[in-house]
Amino acid sequence: MGNKRIGFSTLSQKYVMALAGIFLMLFLVVHLTINLLMIVGDDGELFGEAVQFMITNPFIKIMEYVLFGGFLIHILLGVILEIYNYRARPIKYAKSLKTEKSRFSKYMIHTGVIIFIFLFIHFLNFFFVKVGFVPVPEYADSPHDFFPMAVVVFQNPLYSAIYLVALVFLGFHLKHAFQSAFQSLGLNHEKYTPAIKVIGTIYSIVIAVGFALIPIYFLFFYS
Amino acid sequence: MNITLKIWRQKNANAKGRFVKYNLENVSPEMSFLEMLDFLNEQLIKKGDDPIAFDHDCREGICGACGMYINGRPHGPEKKTTTCELHLRSFEDGSTIVVEPWRSKAFPVIKDLMVDRTALDEIIRSGGYISVNAGSAPEANSIPVDKHSSDKAFDAAECIGCGACAAACKNSSAMLFVAAKVSQLALLPHGKPEAARRVQKMVKKMDDLGFGGCSNTYSCQIDCPKGIDVEFIALMNREFFKAKVCKSKAK
Amino acid sequence: MIKFDSKIPSGPLTEKWETYKTGLKLVSPANRKKLDVIVVGTGLAGASAASSLGELGYNVKVFCFQDTPRRAHSVAAQGGTNAAKNYKNDGDSVYRLFLDTIKGGDYRSREANVYRAAEVSNKVIDHYTALGVPFAHDYGGMLDTRSFGGVQVSRTFYAKGQTGQQCLLGSYSSLSRQVEKGTVTMYSRREMIDLVVIDGQARGIIARNLITGELERHSAHTVVLATGGYGTVFYLSTLALGSNPMAAWSAHKKGALFANPSFIQIHPTSVPVLNEYQSKLTLMSESLRNDGRVWVPKAKDDNRHPNEIPEEERDYYLERQYPAYGNLVPRDVGSRAAKERCDAGYGVGDTGLAVYLDFKDAINKQGKAAIKDKYGNLFEMYEKITGIIPYDEPMKIYPAGHYTMGGLWVDYNLMTTIPGLYAIGESNFSDHGANRLGANSLMQCSGDGYFILPYTIADYLADEIATPRIPTDTAEFDKAEKDVKERIDRLVNIKGSETATSFHRRLGKILWDYCGMIRNEEGLLKGSQLLKELEEEFYKELAIPGTGYELNQELEKALRVETFFEIGHLMIQDALNRKESCGAHFREESQTETGETLRIDEEYAYVAAWEYKGPDKKHIMHKEDLNFEFVELKQRSYK
Repeated sequence: MGNKRIGFSTLSQKYVMALAGIFLMLFLVVHLTINLLMIVGDDGELFGEAVQFMITNPFIKIMEYVLFGGFLIHILLGVILEIYNYRARPIKYAKSLKTEKSRFSKYMIHTGVIIFIFLFIHFLNFFFVKVGFVPVPEYADSPHDFFPMAVVVFQNPLYSAIYLVALVFLGFHLKHAFQSAFQSLGLNHEKYTPAIKVIGTIYSIVIAVGFALIPIYFLFFYS
Repeated sequence: MNITLKIWRQKNANAKGRFVKYNLENVSPEMSFLEMLDFLNEQLIKKGDDPIAFDHDCREGICGACGMYINGRPHGPEKKTTTCELHLRSFEDGSTIVVEPWRSKAFPVIKDLMVDRTALDEIIRSGGYISVNAGSAPEANSIPVDKHSSDKAFDAAECIGCGACAAACKNSSAMLFVAAKVSQLALLPHGKPEAARRVQKMVKKMDDLGFGGCSNTYSCQIDCPKGIDVEFIALMNREFFKAKVCKSKAK
Repeated sequence: MIKFDSKIPSGPLTEKWETYKTGLKLVSPANRKKLDVIVVGTGLAGASAASSLGELGYNVKVFCFQDTPRRAHSVAAQGGTNAAKNYKNDGDSVYRLFLDTIKGGDYRSREANVYRAAEVSNKVIDHYTALGVPFAHDYGGMLDTRSFGGVQVSRTFYAKGQTGQQCLLGSYSSLSRQVEKGTVTMYSRREMIDLVVIDGQARGIIARNLITGELERHSAHTVVLATGGYGTVFYLSTLALGSNPMAAWSAHKKGALFANPSFIQIHPTSVPVLNEYQSKLTLMSESLRNDGRVWVPKAKDDNRHPNEIPEEERDYYLERQYPAYGNLVPRDVGSRAAKERCDAGYGVGDTGLAVYLDFKDAINKQGKAAIKDKYGNLFEMYEKITGIIPYDEPMKIYPAGHYTMGGLWVDYNLMTTIPGLYAIGESNFSDHGANRLGANSLMQCSGDGYFILPYTIADYLADEIATPRIPTDTAEFDKAEKDVKERIDRLVNIKGSETATSFHRRLGKILWDYCGMIRNEEGLLKGSQLLKELEEEFYKELAIPGTGYELNQELEKALRVETFFEIGHLMIQDALNRKESCGAHFREESQTETGETLRIDEEYAYVAAWEYKGPDKKHIMHKEDLNFEFVELKQRSYK
């Protein structure tokens, strides 16, 4: 009566999910830190230097592949587990009340899918330019000249709106993800877990708000 | 008080089920939920109808036999309460109460509100014990057990095996059930020798039986009639990691 | 005439079991797997017996009517389990545990059996601890104990108020381990309806599959009944609704003597009856009497809220009447005292059938946290049932039917009068005399299953190694199955208009009123008459929907109620026969000046073992004289 599943136990899969997730969360911190350099008011000078460092450093180059791997594993396992979990209850309840303690956990797949779609748009705007899938727009000097690209993208209210909405969902995703990763890895302690939960909330707000500052800056404060 | 019940009726495992509506008048708020069903059944029998089948036994919240999904929650709206301990005073006069069986691939319906929970037994059989034969135990005080661990082990051991955790979970996962047993035995010095084997076998069995995985939603803890804490799930995850990474394969 | 030998070994009390054990025959490991053992019931006795027999290598088949063995009603035992470890250095010993039990049972149990139960009690604690039962520990890592009724030492090991649950889960886990290993086969949701006897030996059972309604034949070289008591005969009791004596009774009807059926313990501290639909009386552990003080108002019909009744207007009647033991008198004494106060008009609550159990002083002295730590779950349970918070005002409690000291007669080997049929745990009669002491039940059940039966059963099975597996297509199985079928068809075809439960409720009331806490000849005779009338009505008016060959919970109930009628008659007959008072059996005609039980040792120092002679025939009594070699019979005094 069991469900068919891939060779690993659900716990192992969750472990890998969590590890990949934590890696992605660390990446977001680096990504945000560099991006915030765009809005220091020097027309992207400092930001440009940081980009230059990132594209030339061999370690970062390797990490780029790892990052891709992380994304893939995280997404793939997320989908596999979701299907597996869905099948564990073939007949649904007629009436079901939401009693969960971690509200966003129920919507991880939904927020995840939204983030995935957003990621594609985001790549069209930036990453695919860099790797050459998308031609370099005329206002940029090189495939790595992200600052003018950001200016153009974010001064378009539609794009900015898409980014802002997506970031709200990213925040929700992270809100559950942070403490959930610790739980899945078994890093739980009556003394520290409450703190982890608070840090997770702060983290998810900082990331979402931090990234949101960029479109807002370009839309309203940059000329 | 008057209440309307919408109860899942299903003749047997293979039959198609449906909700049937019953109106009950002049029931006492002091009745327990199961006494109310007894009362309804008495009326059904007198009319020559088939009474509603449900599991129950001790009626004091300890045997774990009862379990119904009442108004969208396992064991109904009260916290840390089994169905048998639930009283009608928890419902408004005139309210409609929807009663369903546990829904899970691993808990097939037998009849009406009765489900087959042998899956939980199978999980225990796969490793939820300490392998010690009668007669071979050392003197009880020869291995000191620190009070904190002993109390924690007790908190985990309070599980009554009703299956509400899996019924509550959006993934129908039995993680809390498995974690409670794994933790109880892992916390005690007596259970440590086979801790690694135990957790691996029990997790595998849980997966094989068709329970879902854990999404850390924690509804299991909220709906557990004994309030078993999800910290034990983390503890099991830790035990599992230790076992997988540090120990050789479980046989 | 039935063969009737208690097989009590001679010799000094302290050496009986050790010497006897070494003289018992053994079965070699190679032969064990060729021998089949049926164990019916998976409570502490059944689960422990089945798992230890499995560990030894016998081929064991276990049956329970619940969906899983873990739900057997041992799970509801709250307070603890006794052992003579003397960890508290308070002068405890095996001998003192023995003495307390004999005295608590009002000198109506066998010395040798009781001593043996006390002797193995320490091993039981060792074993449970090793199985991972989370007994309470002190900060130093050592096991903690507490006091219980009827004793002056602290020898009760506990896991909060869920000791039974924790011990049962321990036994269940070792049972599960054997199931996984293949030595034990588990048959859940099966109810034993009849015993199969071939050539005078117990060889199998007819069990009803409660899901399909099919009748199943199971054979074995020997059958062990661990089916618990019949306290549900009162309908309202502290037992699980499913608990019933049908299996034991079917064995009785096939020739096993039934001993002291009228010895039923009424537990003094249960939640009182709150409404007419009530299906169950929930026990509040005796351990609460360690810190709770029992009282009623000094004035009759005092309707004030308990918290408004000043100290000097309260009657702490147990402390007043029994200064030596106070609130910790044995259960029978505590129950009767509560009934006496309520009958005299001092009872509290809407019905006047309740007394207060007050924690005010304990909370003031030890703090709320300490009380919560000890009894938290019991207080929660009380609040859930009644809506009253016992930290703020006293609990209301009243006695309720609880434990049956009576049961199948067994010899020192725990074998009934049917060769090859054993009865262990509450289903036998042997250790508790006329009243069981608190926390002695878990001790006896586990002791029987882990450390006594595995030895004595080998002695029987050693002679069976040449017997091949018992076939189930024999005439005896045919007949047994046919009888069960007829019994089921008879009930299903009555097609009356009253449910089994409503008969059970009325039957229970008759027995509670006339064969309950206080008995007299006139009442017993009246009860007998009422019971007979109700029984006739039962066979005319019973309503069972559906058929016998499908899942049918009403049929399950009806079969049990049918048994309750039969056992009820025997209870009354036994109570009428025993014109003395002893322990829980209180005959009004035999009491001291102060209203305590008055034993008549010259006439009644025996076990009344009843023989079934057929339907509509009176039972015949056999006497097993109780010879007290080691203790002096005294009037019990807890003053």
